Amino acid sequence: MKKSKSLFLVTVLVYVFLIGPLLIIMASSFSDTNFLKFPGEGFTLRWYGQIMQVKSFGSAAKNSIIIAFGATLIALILGLPAAYALNRYRFPGKELIKSLFLSPVLIPVIVLGFIMLRYVVNRYSLSAMPSLLIGHTILSIPYVMRVVTSSLANFDFSMEEAARILGAGNIYTFFHILLPNIKSGIVSACIMAIINSFNNVSLSAFLTRAGVSVLPIEMMSYVEYHFDPTIAALATLLMVITLGVMLVIEKTLGLQSVV
Amino acid sequence: MVEKKTKIYLLFILPGCLFLAFFMLIPLFSLLFKSFLDEAGSFSLTNYFNIFGSTYFKQVFWRSIRLSLLSTFLCALLGFPTAYYISKYSKNKGVLMALAVFPMFTSPVIRSFSWMVILGKKGFVNEGLVALGIVDKPISLLYNEFSMTVGFIQLFLPLMILSLIGVMDNISDDLNLAAGSLGASRMAVFRHVVLPLSIPGLVTGSVLVFTGCLTAYTTPQLLGGTDTRVLATMIYQQAMSLGDWTQASVVAVVMIVITVTVTNVINYISRKLNPTI
Repeated sequence: MKKSKSLFLVTVLVYVFLIGPLLIIMASSFSDTNFLKFPGEGFTLRWYGQIMQVKSFGSAAKNSIIIAFGATLIALILGLPAAYALNRYRFPGKELIKSLFLSPVLIPVIVLGFIMLRYVVNRYSLSAMPSLLIGHTILSIPYVMRVVTSSLANFDFSMEEAARILGAGNIYTFFHILLPNIKSGIVSACIMAIINSFNNVSLSAFLTRAGVSVLPIEMMSYVEYHFDPTIAALATLLMVITLGVMLVIEKTLGLQSVV
Repeated sequence: MVEKKTKIYLLFILPGCLFLAFFMLIPLFSLLFKSFLDEAGSFSLTNYFNIFGSTYFKQVFWRSIRLSLLSTFLCALLGFPTAYYISKYSKNKGVLMALAVFPMFTSPVIRSFSWMVILGKKGFVNEGLVALGIVDKPISLLYNEFSMTVGFIQLFLPLMILSLIGVMDNISDDLNLAAGSLGASRMAVFRHVVLPLSIPGLVTGSVLVFTGCLTAYTTPQLLGGTDTRVLATMIYQQAMSLGDWTQASVVAVVMIVITVTVTNVINYISRKLNPTI
């Protein structure tokens, strides 16, 4: 144990650097001062009430949730059959198709936002919500693809055949044989995609408009003009939710399987 | 029956392919194609000559590269001992891994914003410096390359740590013991056993951190200033504030070229060096 003293010290410092700033945000959300301060003064919960007073946060949070869940659902509808086909069938151009479905991770998100705005939204005069949904779906597809492909790789397709031979129809086979076997893969893909979409800034920065925004964008513009603990309270709230999600993942799937 | 089976895959892959082609590939090719057209609409490299001739762009370009390289280097420097400790010595590996994942799940807005609180003129770093008499009045620690680098490291260090733990977990303890019992010093074990075997994780992590820093938008937007723009904030500024779509397009193409090249070249080299991965 003595041998690792210096390593231990570096690790502690690294974790203070990684987690410390987040704890500071949490602590300063209770500060009874009109501007953000650490260490804070006094104790108050009023900044948590103040979150509700900022009108744009409410609608932006609603949009963020709709987009995160909606985009993940569409990505699943598009990605799951494709992942299945790529594992199940042999056909020409398979590798190419696979890289197409994984390619959104290769394109910088900021560039994706820009080209979506210029060549999709402006060209077809799409309104904000559909364009945000489409953009976030593109981001979510690789998550679905990667995780579902790896759980399908462990799936024994002869089980599917056995079910068919025993007289099960395609739909029955899908819901009763395939789906239960890759369920945890799908759930972890969805969680990753939802978190990623919910936190996304670079893409949404191009696709939001006046009146139709998402939470991270609203938080960013709030920070540029106000420096009070409201934003720290909101950040704390989001971090507590994140912690809750992580705990649930750990208890059900194991955190290792998700990241 | 056989005929039906061989074609059914089309039904499965087509919707996704069409979606990505329509909303991603066509826009991508439009971007590339249009960036090679001059004002008259004929094919030329004018836009590229213009931008690489501009002092402003050159500053932004080299600042992006410089800060990304610096952040990658510092992430490797901090991440290596941390990952090694977690992988080989820690008794609470699960907790430490979860604590590395937690920041990754937290909004980059929150993470960048936290440094505004810490490094601001009224932040405790400045208060401490003043109290200690190191400076007379609060100094500007924000909106410069320093605060951007700090933000980048905090943003991407977990990726480096997790990539390294991934390979270090596979280094058998027996190797270290064997080297040690054959008389190798701890330093020699590190240099000849641990370091070489960790290279693949170091390479993966470095590529992720470098491309992450190069394309990050939130952190330079919040922690950088108007005179410390990087490629990502320049694309946004050109497109959304100045309405210069041509310049934004060229910068976007430059960014794609750098990230794709770095990713592919580094992966190619590491596969050449270590064919087992």
